[in-house]
Order: sequence, then structure tokens, then C-alpha cells
Amino acid sequence: MNFDFTDDQQAIKRTAKDLLAQRFKPDVVRELAEAGRYEDSHFAELAELGWAGIFIGEEHGGQGLGTVELAILMEELGYSLAPVPFFSNAAAGLVLEHAGSDEQASRWLGGIASGEARGAAGLTSDGEAALVADADSAAVIVLCEHGGGTVYEASACEIEPVETIDATRRYARVRPSGDGEPLSSDPAPALDRIATALAAELTGICQRTMEMSVSYARDRKQFDRPIGAYQAVSHRCADMLRETESVRSTTLWAAWAAEAEPETLPLAAAMAKAGASDAGWNVTASALQVHGGIGFTWEHDLHFFLKRAKVDGALFGSAREHRERVAELSGLGPAAAAPS
Amino acid sequence: MDLTLSPNEQAFRDELRDWLAENHPGEEPTGDEAGFEFRVGWQKRLHEAGYAGVSWPEEFGGRGATLIEQAIYGEEMARAKAPSTANLLGLVMGGPVVIAHGTEEQKQRYLEPILSAEEIWCQGFSEPGSGSDLASLKTRAVKSEGGWSVTGQKVWTTLAHVSKWCMLVARTDQDAPKHKGLTYFLMDMEQDAVQVRPLHQITGEAEFSELFIEDAYIADENVLGGVGNGWSVAITTLMHERAGLGATAAASVKIALGQLIELAKERGVADDPIVRQGIASLLIEAEALRLNAWRGLTAIMKTGIPGPEGSLPKLQWSAVNQGLTELAVTIQGEDGLAKDSEWTYRFLRARANSIEGGTTEILKNIIAERVLGLPKLR
Repeated sequence: MNFDFTDDQQAIKRTAKDLLAQRFKPDVVRELAEAGRYEDSHFAELAELGWAGIFIGEEHGGQGLGTVELAILMEELGYSLAPVPFFSNAAAGLVLEHAGSDEQASRWLGGIASGEARGAAGLTSDGEAALVADADSAAVIVLCEHGGGTVYEASACEIEPVETIDATRRYARVRPSGDGEPLSSDPAPALDRIATALAAELTGICQRTMEMSVSYARDRKQFDRPIGAYQAVSHRCADMLRETESVRSTTLWAAWAAEAEPETLPLAAAMAKAGASDAGWNVTASALQVHGGIGFTWEHDLHFFLKRAKVDGALFGSAREHRERVAELSGLGPAAAAPS
Repeated sequence: MDLTLSPNEQAFRDELRDWLAENHPGEEPTGDEAGFEFRVGWQKRLHEAGYAGVSWPEEFGGRGATLIEQAIYGEEMARAKAPSTANLLGLVMGGPVVIAHGTEEQKQRYLEPILSAEEIWCQGFSEPGSGSDLASLKTRAVKSEGGWSVTGQKVWTTLAHVSKWCMLVARTDQDAPKHKGLTYFLMDMEQDAVQVRPLHQITGEAEFSELFIEDAYIADENVLGGVGNGWSVAITTLMHERAGLGATAAASVKIALGQLIELAKERGVADDPIVRQGIASLLIEAEALRLNAWRGLTAIMKTGIPGPEGSLPKLQWSAVNQGLTELAVTIQGEDGLAKDSEWTYRFLRARANSIEGGTTEILKNIIAERVLGLPKLR
């Protein structure tokens, strides 16, 4: 029993933390978010370092590592709130790696690993995917539904940009307008990994906003005392720690299970994403409360984290949907059919 | 990362599992006295097999188990629904504090009868006026010929009526600052100066007692850790054997959640979305509790320093146990309020979970001050 990262994993974490802290200083994140754009050189650098293909097999130009390594990167990307099309590309890569045919994998994974022909992925309902990150700049779009999915060239889709509250990432509504190719197997193992990756990103957001809150609560004085000395504030911070560490533990478990104990992955991933979706909102909302009025201003950075957390919470299954999966996988049986 | 047991850990678990399969004594009989005798018998059997003081060093009759093995032990005992030991406080607090602070003579005198349940131990810390603020306690010990004379009142004392020894913290220096003037004693309970009265709790039973102490005698040789060092000795007592508790607590709520799921099915509400969401939330919190506990243990074993996650399991356990018993009672509707139902008892008993062994509020203070580094209010 050992939760420790290997030396290599620790090195990945350190490198990611240092690099992202340098590249994505708060004023850079703000400038990009306010302009609603990415800096191409940012993603190119991450791809150059092998991040984009970290979990992709070496035969397709990836690093051949696993979900734990992906989760390490995602946590740090969440911590830094890096505006880069990393997650979307990874999501498409995960589906193609785990549910694509050999031909689909050969055709697309190389470009996803190198970052030269990026992918995007989303969940469809009634023939369209309402919220797909970075669909407008992807070469390949994978749309999944329960039990299956289809791979489209971007030109075979109608892509309508959607402005969400999260300005640090670009989103679009996607409707297939041409032919696609079905995946060769059920994308469930990939969707579980995607949920785990989002849970890792939310862990990073929780960690960062908790640190911001603790630091503010130490410095900010009211009634001649640091506000962190008042239990109404300090207990709020203790609850942030509880939620953050719980989500970190559950996410690590899911990431580990992905390769080491695949039969546990569906439950672990559902628990991780349900917990993270809730914690992401609870911790960032609580952080705003600790910051008081300044936390509600546009000039403070907190709102960028809060908004990303809320959108992450909804992507690839909300807390409610993942809790429903937990119920089903834990012996409560399938849910009753919704009344029609 | 490897979240499976190592071959050694697995061997420890398998051996214990096999032993439990052969030696489990069955259901505990009803009635306080019969129940206690049953637990004494069970502890003796555990002791003969070397399973009484698993965390104690081998030289003192224990098993010298690692933190992980202690957690496995707790998990397996919970899974097997093994009865509690008769001398629980002696095993988890008394022995370890004597091993840590006792003299050679004290170790020779006290340890073996704790393991064999020949001498039962209780804890005299809390007082009517001193709960969370333990160091404000008022029970005083005055120096007398060859010993000390103790007068005061203690409360929430488990097993007081069958105990031989009480781990008692009393004030020996009235003028010293409140944390400095305390001494840790082992008080003989078999004297008229110590009166035990049962304390009836909201469940109707009397799991705890009050102690009324009037001029009780404690010999000098029964001071533990030196006069005036009571606070630090008491703190180490409280820290002892917390290691396995998170994993044990996680295993026991997991079992309870399994029962809750069965209850939901029996009552025909397994497809009620509100019930499903509620149970799923509890399952997720219980899993986080288990993982935080194990992650905390592996951090201590690796670095010697507990990580931030190690402070969470007690807090999480009380919330999950309260939540699941509340939901079980709610699911049963009016039937859930029958006085003699099993869930009713657990539902009422759970109210103490966020108070006993450190209130949730005190635990949050500790997290805020020691883990997050927030300023103290005081």
C-alpha cells in the first residue's frame, strides 16, 4: 500500500509546476482570458515536452505513460489555470486510444501527440454536443454517447462557438453535418479516464483557491485581527482542506485504477468526478466568501477559477449524473425509467 | 503508486482472516454483565494468539505491527464484525502511554494485565467544567505522605465500574500556568474515596460514568512521566493508536452503508432519486475517508510526518455515520422511530460521534492552526 509517486512521476509534477508557474503568471492568464484566446506558442511548448501525448502509445509518437501521469499534469494545469487547449486534445486522444480502430488510431493519434492536428471530444444528446471544448480549432472531433461514438473530421461538423462563463477556455456547440466513422468499441474506459482527468484539474483549482484563501485570511485584518483567527472563517478554510484532500485521494485512486485495477475504474472515476464537481464549486465559492468584496471584483483573479470549476463540473457528466452511476454500481440497481 | 497490499501485508491479513474464521466467538450476549464477560473471554483469546496489543512492541507482549498492519487489523476486525475487546482503553491508550513514559517497574507491573484483561483501565480526563478545554481541569492532587491526595470530579468515563486503574490527569500546581501544573496519575479505582455513578445518555443506556473523587490516595510510584508533565503525557496518550482508527472507521461505515442499501431495497425506495443521490454521496464520502486514512498512513511511514489528509478521518467519519443513520431512519418513515429498532439506537448514538474524541469544531481549529497555519484566536 503506497500512495507515493515514483521518482519519474515526481519529476513530471515538479517540472509541470515550475514551468506553468513561469508561463502562466496571473497577468498572462488574465490577458488571454479577457481576449478569449490562446497563445499558440504555449501549447506548442507543452506538446514539444511530450505532454500532449503523455498517455498515447509510443507507436503513435506518445510517451506511453498512463492516467496517473495525465492526472499529475491536469492537476498542475488546473492549479495554474493555464489557457491552453490541452484537456480537449487529451480527451479526444483518450477516446481514440481506448476505443478507436487501429486505423483511426494510426490516422489521428500522431497529430494529437505532436499537437499538430489537435482533437476535441464531447458527449452528444439529441444529435448534438452542447459544449465541446476547443472544437473550433480541432482537426478531429469525437462525439460519444452511451455505449458508442463517432469520429468526425472537423469539416464534417457544424461548429458554433459558445461563450460560457469560463473565459479561460474556448467552447462550441457541435452538430455533425457530414459522415463520420463509428468507434470500434465502447468508449466507457476512455470516458472514465476523461472524468478522472477533469477531477484532477478540479483538484488543482481547489488547491490553488484554498491557498489564496488561507493567505488572504492571514493578511486581511478586520476588528484588529486577521480574519483567519475567527472560526467562522478558519472553519471554512478547514472544510476547503477536507474537500480538496478528499478529491485528491479519490482522483489518485481512479487514476491508479485505470491501468492497475480496471475493474474498479468505473466506480472510482464516478466517485472522483462527482466529488470533484461538488468540491470544485464548494471550494471556489467558499474562497470568494473568504475574500469578501474584493473576491467579487473583476480585478481579482478568483472569478476565473470559480468559473472554470463550474464548467468543469458540468463537462462529461455532472455531480448528479456521476452519483447516479455510483448508486447503480453499488448495488442499488438501475434507476427507474423517467416518466414520459 | 500501488494501492494494493504488499506480499507481507497480504500475508498478515490472510493469517488474521484465517484466525478470525476459526476463532470468532459469535454474537455478543445481551446484558451489560454478560456482554462484559464475553468481551473479557474474547480478549484473552486474542491475547493468546498475539492479537491483543498489535501495535505494542514485541518485548512488551505485543506484535510490533507496522501502521499499515494496524490499519489492516482494524479493517479486518470491522469486516468480521468481531466483538470489541474488554480492555479497549488499556490497549489503545494505557499500554502505549506506559511504554512511552513509564519506568521499568511500571512497565513490569502494568502491561501484562492490560493485555490479558486481568485489570481493566478507564480514562479520567474530562470534567463537567472542562471538555474541549481540557487543560482548565480542576481536579486537584495535594502532596501527602508517600503519595498524593486527590479530590475532584470526572465525567464520560467508560468502564469505570469494572476498572482497576484510572488514567487520571489532576492539577498538582495551582500557581503554574494551566498547561504546566498538571500531572498524569494511575489511580487505583478500588477505594471508597472513588464513587462511580452511571451516566445515562440519550439512548437510555449508561455507557459512561461519572467519578466523584474525595481524598483518594495515589502512591508516588503511580505518577506517570513525572510531576508537572501531565499535559504532554496526556497529549501523547491521545495521539496513540489513532493510526489504525481511520481505516477501522472506514471499514465499519462501509458495512453500515451496505446495510443501508439493503434497507432501501426492502423498503422499496431503491429507485427513489433522492435516496439514491443521498446514499451515493455517503458512499463517496466514505471512500474519501478510507483513502485519506490510508494515504495519511503511507505518508507517515515514508516521511515520519503526517500529511494534511491525516487530520481528516475522524471528522469525516462522524459526518458519514451521522448522515447514514439519519437516512436509514428517514427511509423507514414512522417505523424508523420505534424505540427498540436497531437503527434508532445507532441514529441516536451517532449524535455523540462529532463530540467524543475531539469535537468537530476543535478538530477544525487544529486543521486551521496546525495544517493551514492560520492565526490562533487566543
